[in-house]
Order: sequence, then C-alpha cells, then structure tokens
Amino acid sequence: MLLIYCPYCEEERSELEFRHGGDAHVARPTNMADISDEEFQEFFFLRDNPKGLIFERWRHIHGCGRFFNAARDTVSDKFYRSYKAGEPKPDIPGVTTATEKTVETYEATEGTAK
Amino acid sequence: MADQALRKAPLAGRHGGSSGARVTPAGPATRLALRAGSDAIGTLSLAFGLELPQRPKTSASVTGRHALWLGPDEWLLIDENGADLLGIASGVSALHSATDVSHRNTTILVSGPDAAAAIAAACPLDLGTSVFPVGAAARTVLGKIEIVLLRTGKEDYRVECWRSFSPYAFGMLVEGAEDAGL
Ligand SMILES: [Zn+2]
Repeated sequence: MLLIYCPYCEEERSELEFRHGGDAHVARPTNMADISDEEFQEFFFLRDNPKGLIFERWRHIHGCGRFFNAARDTVSDKFYRSYKAGEPKPDIPGVTTATEKTVETYEATEGTAK
Repeated sequence: MADQALRKAPLAGRHGGSSGARVTPAGPATRLALRAGSDAIGTLSLAFGLELPQRPKTSASVTGRHALWLGPDEWLLIDENGADLLGIASGVSALHSATDVSHRNTTILVSGPDAAAAIAAACPLDLGTSVFPVGAAARTVLGKIEIVLLRTGKEDYRVECWRSFSPYAFGMLVEGAEDAGL
C-alpha cells in the first residue's frame, strides 16, 4: 500500500484516503477577461506531463479533507515530499525536472511505429 | 395509509461479531458538522462545554458528548444524550458553520479484544495504541465507504458511517470480527 504524508494530519496515511488533483502551481491569470484564447488554452488545458519529477495537488478527501501539494516521481510513483497549499515549490535535492531531452515524446518513441 | 411517518433506526435488531469482537448498533445521538476558524474556537468550546481539539486525530469527551477533530477547521460533534447541539451553536455569535447531521450518520460499536483487528479488516488506518490511543479519532475509509472512527476505550470503538451505507458497514465489520476470531 502506498503511503502519502499529509502535511495537515502530520503523518503518513493510506493512498485510499487521497485523491489526485492535477498539476500544482498553475497560476490563474488575474486578467482573465483580457487574455487571448491561446493564452487561456495554455492556462486551462495544457500541462507538461513530465517523466520524472512533478508537482501536483492532492486532496486528503477521506481524511482531513484538505488540498495540499506534493512532489512525486511519475515513473517510480515515489513521493519525495508533501507541503501545505500556498507554500512555494520546494527544491528536491538530487532530483532535476525533466527537460525536452529527457522527456519521451510520442514523436520520438512511437511516431514512426508502423 | 398511515397518518404518521415513523422514524426507524437504520440497524434496528441487528447483532453480530465474534467472541473477540462484538458488533452492535449504537443508540441514537445528535450530531453536528462544525466548521470554524481559529478565532471562534474559544467561544464555541465554551458554548459546547468541551475544548474543541486542535491537533490531528484527537477528540474531547465530556459525559456522552464528543468533539472529534476532522480537519484544521472542521469537527464532528456527537451527543449520545440527544442534546440540541444545533440550538447551542445558533446561540454563538462568533463566525462558524454548523449543520445538523444527526440522521445522516449512524454508529456501530465494535468492542472486545479483537475489535481493532475486526476494523482493520477493511480500514487502512494504523490502530496501534501508540498512534491511535484511547480518545483518538479520524475520518478514514472502511472498505468502499468513508467512516469516522473514534476509540472510546482500550477495546472499544465507535464507527460513524452514513445511514444508507450502514448495512454495508455492519456486514463488513461482522465479517472482520469473524475473521479476527479465526
Ligand atoms: Zn490530512
């Protein structure tokens, strides 16, 4: 069973109590009415889907009910650390964010598959 | 046609479990879902006659009345003597939100030396005495449903669940109790 640390309950709890909430640190434009469709699309729909380190929102829905953020590895499913909503993106020592070079794109791996 | 609706206890007449863990429906109680900021905690505690707990997984109990920490600004209040909790809350002017959930929930009591094992059959929470001592409380899951668990004694637990889920919860706990006795 995967255990996830909830920064509000201050302990590890079963993954069964949690629900995933998408990417963290997506800043909502303050001038929503003025932005272009492309800018809205970028904010609302487009996500990086990185291989490796990702910062996500999680909700302890069957526990304290709170949303929080967590740094997780999308390959190993390892949770590096969780932190309260509103806190800045933490540094994860020894772990770097995926770059274009390390991300496996469809074009690179499957694009020519027949 | 009956001219009066009758209120039926959701688990009336049920009993089960094993020699190590008795599973019984608890009597009716009044319940309150309470939300409040830290500035209202003092006033609300005074009104309810118990200190609203502010640490995770803790509760406060005074003569059949319990306040369970569910989240940083959220409590479940239970009064086994049927006190009008909503009436008390409505007399508090400090900003808070209170919803009467007396009949949304029902309670199953699990007691005996195998009580923790019976609950653990379907609940992922660590029920070890060092991390879930007497008085500990938490919202968690039991099988496919959400519950609120309160440890009332060394071998005694209150399992709060939604009324419509109670036959499922009861069956699950009875099954767990039987398995724990094997
Ligand atoms: Zn939590």
